[in-house]
Amino acid sequence: MSEPGAHGAGVVVVGGSLAGLRAAEQLRAAGHDGPLRVVGEEPHLPYNRPPLSKEVLGDPGDSDLERLHGLVAFRRRASVADVDFVLGARVEGSDLEARKLRLADGTHLGYDGLVVATGLRPRRLDLPGPSLGRYVIRTLDDVITLRLRLAGATDPRVVVVGGGFIGTETACTLLKLGCDVTVVEPFGAPMERVLGADLALAVQRHLTAQGVRFLTGVGVSGFTGEAHVAGVTLSDGRELPADLVVEAVGSVCNTEWLEGNPGLDLTDGVLCDDRLRVVGASRTVAVGDIARFPNVLVDDVPRRVEHWSIPTDTAKRAAPTLVALLRGEEPDTTPFVPVPSFWSDQLDLRFQSFGSPGLADEVELAEGDLDRLADGVLALYHRTVAGERRHVGTVAVNLPPKRQRELRAAFLQPDLSKGTR
Amino acid sequence: MQITVDMKRCQDHGQCAIAAPDVFRINDEGRLEYEPTADESLRDEVEEAADVCPVQAIALLDG
Ligand SMILES: Cc1cc2nc3c(=O)[nH]c(=O)nc-3n(C[C@H](O)[C@H](O)[C@H](O)COP(=O)(O)OP(=O)(O)OC[C@H]3O[C@@H](n4cnc5c(N)ncnc54)[C@H](O)[C@@H]3O)c2cc1C
Ligand code: SF4
Repeated sequence: MSEPGAHGAGVVVVGGSLAGLRAAEQLRAAGHDGPLRVVGEEPHLPYNRPPLSKEVLGDPGDSDLERLHGLVAFRRRASVADVDFVLGARVEGSDLEARKLRLADGTHLGYDGLVVATGLRPRRLDLPGPSLGRYVIRTLDDVITLRLRLAGATDPRVVVVGGGFIGTETACTLLKLGCDVTVVEPFGAPMERVLGADLALAVQRHLTAQGVRFLTGVGVSGFTGEAHVAGVTLSDGRELPADLVVEAVGSVCNTEWLEGNPGLDLTDGVLCDDRLRVVGASRTVAVGDIARFPNVLVDDVPRRVEHWSIPTDTAKRAAPTLVALLRGEEPDTTPFVPVPSFWSDQLDLRFQSFGSPGLADEVELAEGDLDRLADGVLALYHRTVAGERRHVGTVAVNLPPKRQRELRAAFLQPDLSKGTR
Repeated sequence: MQITVDMKRCQDHGQCAIAAPDVFRINDEGRLEYEPTADESLRDEVEEAADVCPVQAIALLDG
């Protein structure tokens, strides 16, 4: 049973977004020349998500699906021309021992090697009140639904629940579209978990001055209205009128199809080792938002990282791992230390982050003035690990792109002997 | 290998300049400049640059 290529069924990648596409490309680059199939629930070829809350939501043209998909579709490398993309197909269940997947239409699919790339879906608020008029932004179809709703409204009042990156960014785009926008965030200032309190408050002041309203330290307890949302009830009893609501309250990992397989740890995504091998499964790797893996850049705690750079980085590591496993060889053991990086566009601000600012216990304002964010600010994030203060993250606001190389370089080739492994 | 960047789409993120500094650079005005043709030996770098461009503005043509 364990000889490589036992069924000749090749590799199946479950999930057809950025991580699934990069995994397919990297499997070819790593020498897998057998059958390769990507099974994805969405009916579209892989496309880029970050523009959804920015350019795609804000696009002045019509809401034609083909046109909008064309704006964000990933180019397809020649090396994946023979990869079989099975679209609109949801994997419902799996038996990793028997190396078999069960699809929603009842058919089964065998494999020699498996790539888990099923990412996340938005968490929904489970609160009393109507469900019509409540939107999320994760997929192209989500944005088109929201665009069509906006097209039929004049100066709609929108409440965005959740002041994380996606919520705040969406609020800014909606403001530009002429909506009246209020962000409700129970925790604190927008993006505070990542940026730290001082910078987050400065961002809040900056965006408020341009018209985005923030209600912080208060939650949402329900929605008013009959069939369609007419307002939002806050946890302090206040009511906000709303023509529509955007929920941006975090994500849920798409791991249900893996449940029931003994030995997996699905507590938060899929637990992997630092070669992206899924713990408790053979010939299986995970990539992208769903993979929980250790990164000695900070410490040895496995974490998921929901950044655009991670699908590509993890695919480059996971593909050679899987190819080695299929050949019965030991995968590469050099430490895997990707530098997480993300960006975000909010009105006249561009954020660029390197490393893991959200893990810091101390924030240092290295350049600029918090009252003049648009002129450029640099914040350095430190964390004390085992008595040693380490630089774990950097956030630049409106710094020239020329500086990125130097900012990112601070995280390259860390002294691994000081690592905790 | 020929390289084109859709300058209407490019937002001067500069990620390409990190991945393939021989081909892409951000000038003093903060705008992207690039070499429209590059030697085959740079293919890996340029593919990487195209992959990491957040707005997927970079296209590669063979030949
Ligand atoms: C609106 C928005 C804005 C963003 N902006 C930024 C940004 O500015 N900067 C940044 O760094 N990051 C940003 N991100 C995050 C970035 O887009 C993600 O990190 C990235 O999309 C992760 O890719 P993935 O392939 O791992 O997962 P996903 O993109 O979640 O893809 C998973 C795919 O798997 C499919 N799937 C799920 N379950 C199954 C199943 N059982 N069977 C078959 N298929 C299945 C899904 O349909 C989906 O297509 C943003 C995300 C969103 C939603
Ligand atoms: S990475 Fe893309 S957006 Fe950024 S400068 Fe290069 S081509 Fe332009």
